[in-house]
Amino acid sequence: MNPQLLQLICFYAFGFVTVAAALSVITLKNTVHAVLALVLTFFSAACLWLLLEAEFLALALIVVYVGAVMVLFLFVVMMLDIDQEKMREGFVKFLPVGLIVAVVMLVEMLGLIGVRAMHAQVMGANPAIAAGMSNNIEWLGHALYTKFLLPFEIAALILTVGIVAAVALTLRERADARHESASQQVKVNPRDRVRIVKMAAVRPDEPTVPQESQP
Amino acid sequence: MADQFINQLVWPIIYILCIVLPLVIAVAMFVYWERKVLGWMHVRMGPNKVGPFGLLQAFADVTKLLIKEVILPTKANRFLYYMAPMIALVPALAAWAVIPFSGKMVLSNANAGVLYLLAMTSMGVYGIIIAGWASNSRYALLGAMRSAAQVISYELAMGLCLVCVLVLAGSLNLTEIVNAQAGRKGIFDWFWLPLLPVFVVYFISGVAETNRAPFDVAEGESEIVAGFHVEYSGSAFALFFLAEYANMILVSFLAAILFMGGWLSPFPPSWGFIGHGGFIWLFIKAFLFSFMFLWFRATFPRYRYDQIMRLGWKVFIPIAIAWVFVAGCLKYWGIVSIGVGA
Repeated sequence: MNPQLLQLICFYAFGFVTVAAALSVITLKNTVHAVLALVLTFFSAACLWLLLEAEFLALALIVVYVGAVMVLFLFVVMMLDIDQEKMREGFVKFLPVGLIVAVVMLVEMLGLIGVRAMHAQVMGANPAIAAGMSNNIEWLGHALYTKFLLPFEIAALILTVGIVAAVALTLRERADARHESASQQVKVNPRDRVRIVKMAAVRPDEPTVPQESQP
Repeated sequence: MADQFINQLVWPIIYILCIVLPLVIAVAMFVYWERKVLGWMHVRMGPNKVGPFGLLQAFADVTKLLIKEVILPTKANRFLYYMAPMIALVPALAAWAVIPFSGKMVLSNANAGVLYLLAMTSMGVYGIIIAGWASNSRYALLGAMRSAAQVISYELAMGLCLVCVLVLAGSLNLTEIVNAQAGRKGIFDWFWLPLLPVFVVYFISGVAETNRAPFDVAEGESEIVAGFHVEYSGSAFALFFLAEYANMILVSFLAAILFMGGWLSPFPPSWGFIGHGGFIWLFIKAFLFSFMFLWFRATFPRYRYDQIMRLGWKVFIPIAIAWVFVAGCLKYWGIVSIGVGA
């Protein structure tokens, strides 16, 4: 079996799983199942990227989205108590709006693909090999920290601002809450809390035989 | 055609079996060793009835677990309930693919080895969460929640520690990371010395990541019975057990590879035979680290949940971030020289 054919088969297999999982995200009734289907979607998308030899992006997708973001998602969805019947009530009412949005998105995507096709730029050789580096990760690291340093740092700054904003929005001081100061707890000296009394071992003079109770 | 088939399919499967089967045996013996060590530390005997010195105890336990019935709780989610142990086990075994046992002995010499490891270990938490939810039990769900929050918190500290190693080694490939620690001074060339605080943070995070004592609030026998696997019995429970211990051994191997020079000898190469590297050194180091897991368990009382979070977010992550800068400076001014060749 030649490698290209194998790659093609893998591509279609992963592509099929990706599409099927993405569809089940919106069709499954159980919300926890839907989140798990989303995890599968991310995972098979990462496999597709691996086929493109973009191993850094693929593994970063798994580490960040599958390993952290979706865990928190799952966390929240498990806590929800959703009435499935109620969720389905508005289906007919919102169907037209949904359809319009779907059609607009489809047209946009097709348009984008069409514009790309018109320019018909042939994908160049693997940029990592073109730059004389052995692998994708090394090339990506060099590119990010030399050519794209400013955008990279700005993106990091924006994300940090996002974290600060999220904390600021959710942090609320409660007047009646009682806090424990961990640093004070750590400083506690056991001698202030527990008194250890040394006692010499003593043996009772004569073994006391428990008295049997008379009926 | 037949040649290709054998080269691309049969040999890798044989290699995989060469890693997984000894790993399973190692887990069984490690469980025995754990009970024995805990016994000695508690001044009692430990298992000593089955086989000589109780050596067959673990196998007796495995047989017992395998022939027991797997009970499905009422109103549990059948599919996810049975899937959870497998989801926990698969990443725990898959992570072993990139572990280099010596200079040549590695199943997959992946360029992105460290990232792959991070990806696999971060997926292990799904088994725990799904098990907790699918069991339809309050204790199980509580255990799963605790575990998820804890694993995510400590993964950050762990990731930052790995960044320090990557900065010094200049590679994501585990074989190259070990080769970068080779040198004339033996043990003093390894990364534990320039990265000492991070090394400590890494190992403690590893203990927390595997939900072991003193960070075992996910199981907390005295609070929530057994946490996420309270409803599991028989072989399903055995799979969780296997995954947990495989992860412990993995963290021990990683600590040895990333900070303690992997298969390199602690003695300078000029000392002749004893200075040569070999997989036996890696096994000795990993054994010492895995012994520390047991030592911790016998020594420390369980952390309170808020203390765990405080330690992870307010102590470990700042230390690790600060040391990323230190590692960068060490590398930039050439204070740490890497890879004199192995």
